[in-house]
Parts: sequence; C-alpha cells; structure tokens
Amino acid sequence: MDRYNRHIILSEIGQIGQNKLLSAKVLVVGAGGLGCPVLQYLAAAGVGTIGIIDFDVVEKSNLQRQVLFGTSSLGKNKAEEAKSRLQDLNDTITIKAYLEMLTFQNAIDLFNQYDIIVDGTDNFETRYLINDGCVITGKPLVFGAIYKFQGQVSVFNYENGPTYRCAFPNKPKKDTVPNCSEIGVLGVLPGIIGTMQANEVLKIILGIGSILSGKLLCYDALSYQTSILNIKKSENEIQKVLKNKSDFKNQKSEVHCDSQSVEISIKEVWNNKNIQFIDVREAHEQPKIKGLNVIHLPLSAFLENLDLVEKDKKKVVFCQSGIRSKMAVFLFKKHNIHNCYSIKEGALEINKYLKKSNKQVSNE
Amino acid sequence: MKVTIKYFGLLSEVTKCEEETIDFSKTLISELLEELCIKYPNLINKDFQVAQNQELVSFDTKLLSNELVLLPPFSGG
Repeated sequence: MDRYNRHIILSEIGQIGQNKLLSAKVLVVGAGGLGCPVLQYLAAAGVGTIGIIDFDVVEKSNLQRQVLFGTSSLGKNKAEEAKSRLQDLNDTITIKAYLEMLTFQNAIDLFNQYDIIVDGTDNFETRYLINDGCVITGKPLVFGAIYKFQGQVSVFNYENGPTYRCAFPNKPKKDTVPNCSEIGVLGVLPGIIGTMQANEVLKIILGIGSILSGKLLCYDALSYQTSILNIKKSENEIQKVLKNKSDFKNQKSEVHCDSQSVEISIKEVWNNKNIQFIDVREAHEQPKIKGLNVIHLPLSAFLENLDLVEKDKKKVVFCQSGIRSKMAVFLFKKHNIHNCYSIKEGALEINKYLKKSNKQVSNE
Repeated sequence: MKVTIKYFGLLSEVTKCEEETIDFSKTLISELLEELCIKYPNLINKDFQVAQNQELVSFDTKLLSNELVLLPPFSGG
C-alpha cells in the first residue's frame, strides 16, 4: 500500500479511510474543465470505481484548461481519453467510460450504480437534469460551476439537505447566460473549483470535516474573495421533482438541440434526393449501406474533415446504433453547421429498410 | 439607510461595477431591486438570487442588512 502511504499515515484517514475510498463509486458527469481536475484527484486518491460520462471530443481550445488531455488526444472522445490517462495514473482502480450524452432516459440507471455524482457540465439543461436525477435516486451531488474568473461550489442533496433548485429554483432561459466557449475563462479557474469539488467528494467518502451542504461557496480568483452563503431547504422545490418521478424518463433533453428533436427515421428521408447522408462509423464497421449516396466522416477524424460537409444541403447522419450520430449532430452545431439530423435506426436496420423499399419501388 | 450591493458574475458587467453603496428608504428587498432595475434596465432580463447576512433569501424579504449580494447561477464548466 505504498501508493496511499501519505493518506494512511494521516490519523484522520488511516487504513480504514483508505479502504472507504477504495470501495467508493463516483460518477463524474463531463470530462471538461471541471471534470479533469476532479477525475485526476479522485483517481490518484484511489477512489475504487470512477465513471466518466462525456460524448464530446477533445479540441485544441480545450487544452488551455482540460489538463488530462494532450495534442495526441485531439479529435478523440473525452471520456475515453480521460480514462486512458487516469488508468496510467492509477492502474489499480476501475474506470468506466460512457461515450454518451446524459439524458432523462439513462440518468437514473446510471446514478443508481454510484454513491456520489459530480457535476462538471457546462449547461443549465444538464445541471438541472443532474440535480433532479440525484433527488430521485437519493444521491449526493457535488456541484461546481464557473464564469470567467469566478466559481461556485456546493454539495446538494446531502443527507436530506438543500438541492440545486433550493438555491436556484428557476432554470435560466436559453442564451441568457453565456458559457466558457462563448466568453472565455481563466484556465486555472476550473482547476481550482474542480479541485474543491474533489475535496468535497473525498470528505464525504471519508466522513471528515464539514461538508458544503446547505452552503454555496462563491470564489473570485482575481481578488481571492470567498463568500459562503447559506441555502435554505425548499421542501416545495424538492417535492415538485419527486412528484414528477414517474414521468422523469419521458422528458426530452433539450441540450444542444434547439428544443426540437434532431432524431428522424430512415423512413422519412430515404427517398429525398436533396440530402447529404453521412456515415460517422469507423472505416472497418459493417454493414456498408447499399442504395444511398453516403460520405464517410468517422468520429475519430471528424474535425479534420468537416469541409466534406455540404453546408446548404440537409444533412442526415447515421451510425451503428443512433448514439454516435447524435453526437455528430451536436458537434456539427458546435461548429456552426446547421440543418443536421440523426437517424434513430442503426446501419443494420437502415439496410433492411432500404432493401425492402427499393424492391417496392422497382416492382411498381 | 445606506446599503452596499455586491454584483457577482455577469451582473457586474450590467452594472459596470462590482459593488456600490446606495441610499434606500423603503423596506423590502424587492423594492430595492425595483430601484436597481430602473437604474440598470438590463438587470430585468438577468437571472439572479439575493443574499443578505450570508443567506439566500426570497425577494419579498425585509431588507435587514447593510450589505446585499446579487448572484447569478453559473453554467460554465
């Protein structure tokens, strides 16, 4: 146990505390500016099971603050890249990478597999989704958020404490609060705030110190001014979430999707000539699609090949299962390429449908 | 009475100052916010909470402190 010696010799931790860390399960949502430092310290500390969920890919402009990544990570999925870096940092723990978007559909099952949820996301839609998922599954939520030179840290839903909605009951309207990609952020700020989040996670697992439950820590990196504001529990806000519990999975995520769904069926588009079909699977993946004019834009080399996309055409993306194609639509939007849709069917079903439809056409 | 108001996050960009002290003669925080929204019309469109005596309070609370914090939610990460 050389690795954890500096923990074990602390009387507040000891072998018992280290064993608690080794048996803890923590899910980090978002492997970006906040997620990277959180993950780094949780992995180093020996948190036994760490989940990372992120569907985004590493871009050059991330490297200024997302410290788990290097130039060799560019264009690769963040969850997977973070996992491989962390597994090198600590090969004795279990790390699971989820290459998907957190949604109302997958949040509850995912949260149920972990003890603590960490919010390292960059948009309100997902932040409220995480809060509500934590309320429903009864999991503590270690929250962090940043703006330019300032940050907020708190622990919500801890031992029946206040939730995010108790502090901020109303989800801000879209576009009223800009995020880092639009306005910039001091690179070290998410490092500071994320490290505070990691600290809260470790304290919760170890049962030491006082947890930032019912308190919102506000930090200013320029002045070092720190305020800790008390949050009152609002039973009303919590009950509203619990009342909708049975309907939770039926809600639609509006993240990055301009409120209307980006998912369509092959049945709606197969016969439309004015569409660019884009296959985002890797070159080796089967089956190839027959009967459609398709360009290949594998996710692994996505950003380098964006010029293959015809800007004025409607773009319809597909993959093996409908998950990566949704990521691709998100990435297109991020790079100002609009009018993109994701086929909800996978390649196998698409082929089956095309075979059937083309037969009908030739029989007519 | 004199009240010092601190603006966190993007609110300080609306008010062009991080804090200021104003004279206030009414009683409720909401009345103070009304005055601020007249002074800074763009404040109306912003989401924020108010804290007095280091505690987040609803807008219909009586102003009891000489210092008030206006803080918006942050989304960045």
